[in-house]
Amino acid sequence: MSIAGTDIKTEEKYISLFKDNLGHLNVITSEEVANEREAGIRIFEEKGIPNRKVENYKYTNLNPQFERDYACDFEHEVFNQNLSEVFNCNVEDLDAITVYLINGWYYRKNQVSESLPKGVLMGSFAEFSKSHPDIFKAHYNKYAKNEEDSLVALNTAFAQDGFFLYIPKGVVVEKPIQIVNIMKSSEDFMAFPRNLVVLEENAQAKIMVCEHTLSDNKFLVNGVTEAYIDKNAVFDLYSIQNQHNLTTNISSVFIKQKQNSNILTHNLTLHTGVTRNNVYVHMDDEHCESKVYGLFVSDKSQHVDNFSFIDHAKPNCYSEELFKGVLDDTATGAFAGKIMVRPDAQKTNAFQKNDNLLLTDTAKMNTKPMLEIYADDVKCSHGATVGQLDEKSMFYLRSRGIGKDEARILLMYAFAYEVVEKIRVEAVREQIRGLVEQVFRGELNKCNSCALCGQDASGKGYTCM
Amino acid sequence: MLEIKNLHAKIDDKEILRGINLTIKPGEVHAIMGPNGSGKSTLSSVLAGSEVFEVSEGSATFYGKDLLEMPAEDRAREGLFYSFQYPVEIPGVSMVNFMRTAVNEHRKYNNEKPYSASEFLKLMREKKKLVEIDSNLTNRSVNEGFSGGEKKKNEIFQMAMLQPKISILDETDSGLDIDALRIVANGVNKLKSEDNATVVITHYQRLLDYIVPDYVHVLYKGRIVMSAGKELALELEEKGYDWIKKQFED
Ligand SMILES: Nc1ncnc2c1ncn2[C@@H]1O[C@H](COP(=O)(O)OP(=O)(O)OP(=O)(O)O)[C@@H](O)[C@H]1O
Ligand SMILES: [Mg+2]
Repeated sequence: MSIAGTDIKTEEKYISLFKDNLGHLNVITSEEVANEREAGIRIFEEKGIPNRKVENYKYTNLNPQFERDYACDFEHEVFNQNLSEVFNCNVEDLDAITVYLINGWYYRKNQVSESLPKGVLMGSFAEFSKSHPDIFKAHYNKYAKNEEDSLVALNTAFAQDGFFLYIPKGVVVEKPIQIVNIMKSSEDFMAFPRNLVVLEENAQAKIMVCEHTLSDNKFLVNGVTEAYIDKNAVFDLYSIQNQHNLTTNISSVFIKQKQNSNILTHNLTLHTGVTRNNVYVHMDDEHCESKVYGLFVSDKSQHVDNFSFIDHAKPNCYSEELFKGVLDDTATGAFAGKIMVRPDAQKTNAFQKNDNLLLTDTAKMNTKPMLEIYADDVKCSHGATVGQLDEKSMFYLRSRGIGKDEARILLMYAFAYEVVEKIRVEAVREQIRGLVEQVFRGELNKCNSCALCGQDASGKGYTCM
Repeated sequence: MLEIKNLHAKIDDKEILRGINLTIKPGEVHAIMGPNGSGKSTLSSVLAGSEVFEVSEGSATFYGKDLLEMPAEDRAREGLFYSFQYPVEIPGVSMVNFMRTAVNEHRKYNNEKPYSASEFLKLMREKKKLVEIDSNLTNRSVNEGFSGGEKKKNEIFQMAMLQPKISILDETDSGLDIDALRIVANGVNKLKSEDNATVVITHYQRLLDYIVPDYVHVLYKGRIVMSAGKELALELEEKGYDWIKKQFED
């Protein structure tokens, strides 16, 4: 049996899953969503699951994750328990508008309408695709790069639900919107959440997405978020991932920016099995500003791969990227940052930095900047470092009576600090500071955010923070 | 309190300390002088527990306990303080967090309850006044962007916070203007008592006008080659080290 033979088999599994369930897939979504499916599955069929020969997936082979068998929920078997009884998010103290997703499905008992300004639409992607087809016609699947990534195309083929957010012109949602997605199942499970965000001119919103796992099954989450950020709008997207290590989380974010808009994305991977984050920012107008950040902390055999693509399509835009990773044990990580400066895009400012801290000799990090610059009047810089804890700092701290473990924690936190401070919503920043410190202290498992916590996980082949 | 016997230390097979003998009693002030590269900082950091150097021979005991067996943090908790010649900048670790952790780890070691936030801040205010250190320094990350003089002042502030039994001040005077020198020296003198001792490493007599030593030692090529009273410092200031170097060329 050849390797190619098994590869084909894996992909065929997904193609037949698609064919067998097409009817179900379309029951709850509108035509706008349904019409994109065929093209999606065709691209997937043609390109297959990315292997290491695919340049953008060089350091992450997802084939083993896709080869496994997972159950799916295309009919949305309603989650009957009362959510608050089984789940408490670590960030619960946050003064936020909180909604829940279960296995990528918008939880139908969410109650939010009163706390939102007039005209704001927030709710189920599926439901809004039917009630507001005009918005979906204008924006759905317009920014996701299906051609660039077969897994995004696969999401388009299977997309059914997720969150939908629409902020009308000039409206500012002051409070952060917290979206908690909980994966919970009685068997190994796969989901394709699809989210759509539209900020009209001069609107503002900040979203915090928290990803959790609540049962000890293998999960494969392949999610896509599209965001359209119109003129002068300001948008923040913080994704906090705290999932057990049987999880494979693929998250792709596509942001389209118009003139003078300002966006920030931040991927905080605090615990996972295998994670791939894609951030695509398309600055399609002048004077856009984008800040793309990430922090991951991993140990044991976790793997985190951050990929970004900043497309400077028009002049006078500014982009800033900072990704940091802390790797312990045999954790592996990758960063690839593509910056495209199109011929038109004079006076571009694009800065990229990736710093990594390896705590052991067995942890590994691959980092790769990819700059393509076709304009001449630009300011671009990039830099990457991979280092260990600084011995001199370590000695300095210890010479003041601070024990080795505590000194390590202080220095790990000091390393992460710069990127945590980039969070520009103060309440969120405070929360994340605390969470990151807990991760470094190995104390995050004291939460109830994960069904595995409190159980004796040792020897069962999974870990929880 | 501190007894160093025949201490040898090396790095990459290069022997830097070649048999140091030194005894320090409570209440004493010792000055260590000597040309550049003679091993003054090496001696200090070996005593403080640096793992960069390998102790190949000899012993050092602190109140009878084997100092060389202890990890750096325990030496500090036992009451040894090393004011670095080149204090380290640690961006991202705030001074407050750093000091609170240090003070409370000391207290834990001595079976004392950790300070509450308000107790700690009170202590901090008190000590800040003592060494006349500006709040805008203690509100920053550890030594980050501090001038040379500010770093030295910060070392003395930390010393005041930790109240050690023995302090080794490695060129605490370098980089200080005359006012700062006076403040730092005053700080050291205010912290002095019958029970604690000070080791001052310096190239200049000036500091010793303020912190008056009981003994002055000359360290040269990894050995203490001469010890005398405070008048030796004046003599060295005047004549330099050549006459000593000549005697101990080997
Ligand atoms: N990390 C190191 N690696 C190699 N050699 C070192 C190291 N640290 C110190 N040395 C060497 O050890 C010797 C003594 O250095 P040390 O810093 O102790 O001198 P010092 O007396 O403090 O000098 P100064 O008056 O300039 O501060 C020097 O020859 C120095 O080059
Ligand atoms: Mg020195």
